Amino acid sequence: MNARLIIGIAKSLLLARWRQTLVAAVGVTFSIAMFITLLSFMNGLNDLLDGLILNRTPHVRLYNEIKPSENQPVNMAPAFKNSYNFIRSVKAGTIRQEIYNSGPIMQAVEADDRVLGVAPKLTTQVFYNEGSIDITGVINGIDVEAESRLFHFQDYVTAGKAIDVKNVANSIILGKGLADILVAHVGDVVQVTTAQGERFSLKVVGYFQLGIQEIDKVQSYASISTTQKLLGKPANYLTDIQVKLKDLNQAPAVAKEYSRLFSADAEDIQTANSQFETGSNIRTMISYAVGVTLLIVAGFGIFNILNMMIYEKMDSIAILKATGFAGQDVNMIFLIIALSIGFFGGMVGLLLGFGFSVIIDHIPFITPALPTIKTFPVNYSPVFYMIGGSFSLITTYLAGFFPARKASRVDPVEIIRGK
Amino acid sequence: MSDIILEARHINKEFHDPVTVHVLTDITFTIQKGEFTSVIGKSGSGKSTLLYILSTMDTDYTGELLIDNVPMTGKTDADLARIRNEKIGFVFQFHYLLNEFTVLRNVMLPGIKLNKHSEEEVAHRAMERLKMLDIGHLAEKSAYKISGGEKQRVAIARALINDPQIIMGDEPTGNLDTKNSDLVFDIFKDLTVAHNQTLLIVTHDQSFAENTGRVIEMEDGKIIRQ
Repeated sequence: MNARLIIGIAKSLLLARWRQTLVAAVGVTFSIAMFITLLSFMNGLNDLLDGLILNRTPHVRLYNEIKPSENQPVNMAPAFKNSYNFIRSVKAGTIRQEIYNSGPIMQAVEADDRVLGVAPKLTTQVFYNEGSIDITGVINGIDVEAESRLFHFQDYVTAGKAIDVKNVANSIILGKGLADILVAHVGDVVQVTTAQGERFSLKVVGYFQLGIQEIDKVQSYASISTTQKLLGKPANYLTDIQVKLKDLNQAPAVAKEYSRLFSADAEDIQTANSQFETGSNIRTMISYAVGVTLLIVAGFGIFNILNMMIYEKMDSIAILKATGFAGQDVNMIFLIIALSIGFFGGMVGLLLGFGFSVIIDHIPFITPALPTIKTFPVNYSPVFYMIGGSFSLITTYLAGFFPARKASRVDPVEIIRGK
Repeated sequence: MSDIILEARHINKEFHDPVTVHVLTDITFTIQKGEFTSVIGKSGSGKSTLLYILSTMDTDYTGELLIDNVPMTGKTDADLARIRNEKIGFVFQFHYLLNEFTVLRNVMLPGIKLNKHSEEEVAHRAMERLKMLDIGHLAEKSAYKISGGEKQRVAIARALINDPQIIMGDEPTGNLDTKNSDLVFDIFKDLTVAHNQTLLIVTHDQSFAENTGRVIEMEDGKIIRQ
């Protein structure tokens, strides 16, 4: 009953000055809408840029790195166990790039609950022969189906079909930049020379375009068996096992575990791409800062309007107090006024922000560098809406707090005697 | 004799700003149920200050105040608000109606706040009081659209909504013309005679005071005649 009465009074005061109320609410609406739009757009952009690299990057990569042995024989000899051994001119040993026992490892990894999928890979350096010129490049032997499923390979094949690389014998998908240099069209044949000096003819079945020039100029893709043939290696020869996890954040732990378990090198995505995370974090921070600034400005607007309203309504406050409303009740009335401005302004702001996001999402954004993108990217995460909603309430509460406290402390005697 | 509604015992008040001024000195008196009392005195005699102390709105005093035989000293802000709501009705020189509400709603507000009756019942009681004061036809009008005399009568209706023990008035006729102040006086008189309502009215209008049942005269913060 009491609550209803107080809400009723707050409502009447609000509606009596609906123009001011509207201005205050529009301030909140605008800032919340901008907050949502900005964050959605910024994060959409972040996701896009991260996706360029991260989509194509395994969460954990198992491989054998060529490096000198950490355990030199002298350290293992019992006679020198207690001495400090200086060894000069340590060289890398004859380590094979091949992953030992690749078959069982893949089976074991596939059986792990944390793992979404595994894709084998085989990387080799080659020379593309264009007349008398040799161009260095890399051929990645991949399992097209696994690669497409886990790493969106088919999204980046801009001409031809990804699956052809498996179905057509001795075929290759060239990076777009590389294809331009070689003037190779789909259906043409390119000559490659392996590091061992073997020459092969490969049929171009498609173009691959990631949108990053340096990669598109060098990389090309073939099936695993084709690549094994280039190298003259048996069918179990693999240089990389790429693992995609269900939870990306587990990557460092899993990488460490696999490295020990399979005695191979393991690199996690966070280590491999730390610079992208930094960039994303900074962009997110900037958008939050701008959004919060907008809200604070709106908060000051509400503060002003409530302050004015209190000066205007001194008489009403005085008589309410004289006729039995306690300071607490008056405080509540003005807090409710502030919070309802925040609530309704915020709600409309959320809807408007969603509207703006949808509009941005439909603006064409076509760039040759990003073949998979047709419109501006937008991230519709509900988290932004929750943050925006709660921020609108928090800011308006703070904006209403001091005016409300002031109103609750109005001394009715002073007002009434002053007349 | 009959029940004591209000009792003041040795009430003293001082202002300290900028120099100490003794505003009220040793005020002691009682008001019985059904009395129509007026407090008169010159400007600055402390009569309004006394009224606001008696109304519980001003708590900065020494001495004892009992309303309905309950001591008011040391009570919290919320408790005092509740007592004002339930036991005291106010009529001021200025009407203090809330312009955002209708006349009826203005009268109802303290009643709803008291939360003793349902809202429909409060509305019914408010209507009764408006009709008693001959302004029932104004009920649905906005408070700022009625005349000054009517506003003061609405304020009286508002003071009556919770059947208060005592109605306090601070110059309730001060802003009204003769016709309207006579009307307001007649209403007060009628309330004491017909409804046995206790009234304590501060005024500087000698003729108003002369017609009340009891006159307390103040000078320099002291009661000189009662």
